Amino acid sequence: MDFVINALPQYWEGALLTIRLTVLGAALAFVLAVVVGTMGTLRNPIARAVATVYTEVFRGVAAIVLLFWFGYSFVEITGFRLTTDFAAILALGLNVGAYGAEVVRSSINAVPRAQTEAAIALNMSWWRRTSRVIFPQAWAQMLPTFGNLVIELMKATAIVSILGLTDLTKVADDFRASAVADTFTVYTVALVAYFLFAQVLIVLVRLLERRANRRLGRPTDDSLLGLLRPPSIGTTTGGAR
Amino acid sequence: MQQSDPRGEAPEMESQNEPLIRFDDVVKRFGDNVVLDGLNVDVNAGERVTLIGPSGSGKTTILRLLMTLEYVNGGTIWVGGEPFSHMYKGGRLVPASEKYLRARRKTIGMVFQQFNLFPNMSVLQNVTEGPVHSLGISKDEASERAVELLEMVGLQDKINAHPTQLSGGQQQRVAIARALAMRPEILLLDEVTSALDPELVAGVLDVLREIARETDITMLCVTHEMGFARDVSDRVFMFDAGRIAESGPPEQIFGDPQEDRTKSFLKAVLEQS
Ligand SMILES: Nc1ncnc2c1ncn2[C@@H]1O[C@H](COP(=O)(O)OP(=O)(O)OP(=O)(O)O)[C@@H](O)[C@H]1O
Ligand SMILES: [Mg+2]
Repeated sequence: MDFVINALPQYWEGALLTIRLTVLGAALAFVLAVVVGTMGTLRNPIARAVATVYTEVFRGVAAIVLLFWFGYSFVEITGFRLTTDFAAILALGLNVGAYGAEVVRSSINAVPRAQTEAAIALNMSWWRRTSRVIFPQAWAQMLPTFGNLVIELMKATAIVSILGLTDLTKVADDFRASAVADTFTVYTVALVAYFLFAQVLIVLVRLLERRANRRLGRPTDDSLLGLLRPPSIGTTTGGAR
Repeated sequence: MQQSDPRGEAPEMESQNEPLIRFDDVVKRFGDNVVLDGLNVDVNAGERVTLIGPSGSGKTTILRLLMTLEYVNGGTIWVGGEPFSHMYKGGRLVPASEKYLRARRKTIGMVFQQFNLFPNMSVLQNVTEGPVHSLGISKDEASERAVELLEMVGLQDKINAHPTQLSGGQQQRVAIARALAMRPEILLLDEVTSALDPELVAGVLDVLREIARETDITMLCVTHEMGFARDVSDRVFMFDAGRIAESGPPEQIFGDPQEDRTKSFLKAVLEQS
């Protein structure tokens, strides 16, 4: 127990990197998901082709290979060396963004066509229709799966430990290597930390979901316990591996 | 009328006898299904026209073509003496671009059978959305007008309600206010009472009667409410298989139909209700 208390600052240091990679990776993934997912709903064949190529390519590659590629191969073809954490953000963002784009595309397509027609009858431009009518309705549908994806992304940030960055996993691993505590303890602390982060993410997404559903006039589960209910299984379309 | 002057504008017409809406040989197909096969219709400004006819005869399609929710496969639709489904380009008529349509369809409003209110907005926002975001009217001005319109349709106490809290009849009245907020010259009504419980129909029809009385908006209604059609319309078009089987003032169509198809259709409708 003494070890745990004394080691907490170091775990926290590692956790900060995990959090930073999660937040920035998720931000990149979100932007890509919204932009590419929306492109996938357009009638323009070029926009749709770009969206398809992006999602197929980046869903098909392992995040860790992508990370090695940005970390080691990128410098050879461009001459630019990316820092390892930037490479990790790119790799995770591109990978999870591809899954997210599919979620955005299918959620937008699930909004009834009649909503678009009602907006056209009000002479609204494509941009207004999308941003003010269609996207806000699709948003409620995206959130549960987004919740799953961001948790997948958070867990996948552990791959940076292989490249020597000191994230939560690496801190635990270093403690094991230096044999200051038993393996059971050093990894259990990390497990609990990952678990707590996931709970925080679940609660945040649940709060967003409640707000989105309330805005659509749908009934919401306002219990405190409902906040901790993980995203329903089956809504996930995959995640970073 | 097909010839253009060098500026690419439709030639000026005496607005007196120019129809507001003209379907000129309009063809509409869905795959192999020819829904409108060379339809010619003129509607004058301020006229109230009712479209009746059996299911699948193309009534909805006509309104959707005017709302630009569908595109013609042949012929041209004219509105206000200018091409509407098409535009002039190099002195020739080509299919209208989205930009061209955006400049013109704001004179047309539509109310749908299923209301189609925006569930992510309050009642008030539903009514101000069009004026603010496609006409560029200030929020305050749009709200003021929206409140007036919601009063007119009898929903002043539902202004901040959510659409899901309203009955079907109330939702449809919001949809009517939403369409009117755009100050349309032409209002398209597609079976706006068909999805309502019987006891809610009268309230919606009363609102439409009031609009017919108080405004000079040109109205095209598809309806199965023959009493309403008789009261408000100047002309009734009886459709059959994408063609006008018969048209005339309501007294004649309902009182003394000439065509067999009109007779059998009216008989079937009367038996139903
Ligand atoms: N989007 C579409 N795709 C394919 N066919 C369509 C489409 N819209 C309409 N049709 C066909 O066009 C024909 C006319 O349809 P329309 O909806 O205009 O009829 P209607 O007179 O309004 O009938 P109702 O009284 O049932 O509403 C029908 O045969 C219908 O199946
Ligand atoms: Mg119809």
